[in-house]
Amino acid sequence: MEIFQQIFNLETFSSTLRMAIPLMVAAIGGMFSERSGVVNIALEGMMLAGAFIAVVVSYFTGSAWLGLLGAVFFGGVFALIHALVSIRYHADQVVSGVALNLLAAGGTVFLLNILFNTSGTSPSVTALPYWGPFKPTVYLGLLIVLISHYILFFTPFGLRVRAVGEHPHAADSVGIDVEKIRYVCVILSGMLAGFAGAHLSIGVLSVFREGMTAGRGFIALAALIFGKWYPFGAMGASLLFGFFQAIEIRLQGIEAIGIPAEFIQMIPYILTVIALAGVIGRATPPAASGEPFEKGKR
Amino acid sequence: MAGDMNSKELLKEISIPLLAILSSFIIGTLIVIASGYDPIATYGALLQGAFGGLNSIADTLLAATPLIFTGLTVAFAYRCGLFNIGGEGQLLVGGLTAAWIGTFKGVPMIIHLPLTLLAAMVAGALWVAIPAILKAKLGVHEVITTIMFNYISYSLVAYFSLKVLAKPGSIQTPDIEPSAYLWRFSNVLDMYSYLNIGFLIGLIVLFVIYYLLWKTTIGYEIRAVGISPDAAEYGGISAARNIILAMLISGALAGLGGAERAMGLFHNYRNGFSAEYGFTGIAVALLGRNHPLGIFLAALLFGALSNGQDYMNMLAGVPVDLVTILQAVIILFVAADLLFRRVLALKPEGRKGE
Repeated sequence: MEIFQQIFNLETFSSTLRMAIPLMVAAIGGMFSERSGVVNIALEGMMLAGAFIAVVVSYFTGSAWLGLLGAVFFGGVFALIHALVSIRYHADQVVSGVALNLLAAGGTVFLLNILFNTSGTSPSVTALPYWGPFKPTVYLGLLIVLISHYILFFTPFGLRVRAVGEHPHAADSVGIDVEKIRYVCVILSGMLAGFAGAHLSIGVLSVFREGMTAGRGFIALAALIFGKWYPFGAMGASLLFGFFQAIEIRLQGIEAIGIPAEFIQMIPYILTVIALAGVIGRATPPAASGEPFEKGKR
Repeated sequence: MAGDMNSKELLKEISIPLLAILSSFIIGTLIVIASGYDPIATYGALLQGAFGGLNSIADTLLAATPLIFTGLTVAFAYRCGLFNIGGEGQLLVGGLTAAWIGTFKGVPMIIHLPLTLLAAMVAGALWVAIPAILKAKLGVHEVITTIMFNYISYSLVAYFSLKVLAKPGSIQTPDIEPSAYLWRFSNVLDMYSYLNIGFLIGLIVLFVIYYLLWKTTIGYEIRAVGISPDAAEYGGISAARNIILAMLISGALAGLGGAERAMGLFHNYRNGFSAEYGFTGIAVALLGRNHPLGIFLAALLFGALSNGQDYMNMLAGVPVDLVTILQAVIILFVAADLLFRRVLALKPEGRKGE
């Protein structure tokens, strides 16, 4: 019983939400990209870049809000590379994603050295203020889920996104600009991942640390798949995975019960493989995701 | 793209990787200048660190060795139309297995050495077995599953190495027995480098994979499935069987890469065992056009970069992460080869699966 009290309490609830927000927002970003037909395994790198820029902007302007804006803006710019390489130059989207993750990992530490003369942790900067019990990014993150659901299923733009991702040639034949929709979606995914990164660096903390996203971009990808490419699905999966992260931190203090923290860390990834295998309802990606679009070719 | 090609095709094959390398170094130079460093001193130090003297050259080969294996990991799967992005996890699991089997006492070297190498290969193959089966039987995309297995492996190897095998209070496993050591060249040459016969094993494996892919029926079938699974099936070749086989061999190659680190370089498994070899392997395979000879050259390039980076940092003051940036930019340029094809007005080449 004591274990239950240690796991299920108000603190776990709020820490679950804090942990889930970056997963959720980045997963929604991934959703736009993949729904439009562009695989995005660079969420990790885009988050890391966002986390870094948020700290840099906050450091030089003294404003955490500008830091958040900067992270969103630069996340979009960073994603533009993925868009250019994979949409315009038809590169393998997975390869481009791998390169961007490397670029973010190397680039942030390189700049950390150049700007702050350190390769570990940045100086402390102004963080976002509390709004009641949480940081603003928590409320905004939940709002992003709602708005994304509305955009995807109740607006012409959302319909086009889904059409382009499922059947680009049909979409093209009715006059939808496939490439333009994909550019918008990929850039949007970078902006949302940037937001998620800012939540980590100037929301939860007030510093940037080397590699601070620590695989969260890939957990977000897992949440996107586990949530079957739906905004509320991604939100639910993110809350579940966020809960595991929250209890993992708590369990490190009570490992006596015999569950190593490492096994809890694995759960999101194992669940995702199980979901893909179809054991709990098959997770099927958008039909055209990963396929470069070439007019007149099918 | 075949193993044997005429000179015009060959020129086309190598012109894009070379342009990609050149372009990325130009971008690297701009970054170095913009950051206020001297590009000549930077590249000079990088070169000297990588090739200045016997010891440096040996260390470059040592750094290239795991990349030969992980490059082959990616390339072998790619030849079957698969993208194994899980080389990192397969290498870690293979390396940990070698570090464990290597500690067995009282086994004669003639059995211990091959047994440990084999165990690492089996571990690497097993680690990709589930993604392989899911791909072959259900069509589940291997990119996602191998990424997931990478992350599962990080936690798993951390648990076993730190909490099960490690000496208490230490972040590394006990040293392996000398009967499982890969022989080091420093035993006879006057140098500090830990370069070992794992490098020569890498060269042999490069040749074996070349032979397997282009001179045997197994390789023919694997490549046929890679070019068109449907056409292969029509010709009586089982796509599912070959997908599983190619993935298992691919995973075994990564496991062998881990064995070289455990048995030749570290003599144990430790925190920070892999310097992202699995991911650099993707760059190596791409730049090497998924051909064993190309992979060898690309592994040397990336090995030289990673070996020269500390010297570059020491002499020119440039952060070592410049090398990571260079790698990323090289991958981007190779991936976006359409850019160069448009510039050179070369005819676009069909992609995988078209």
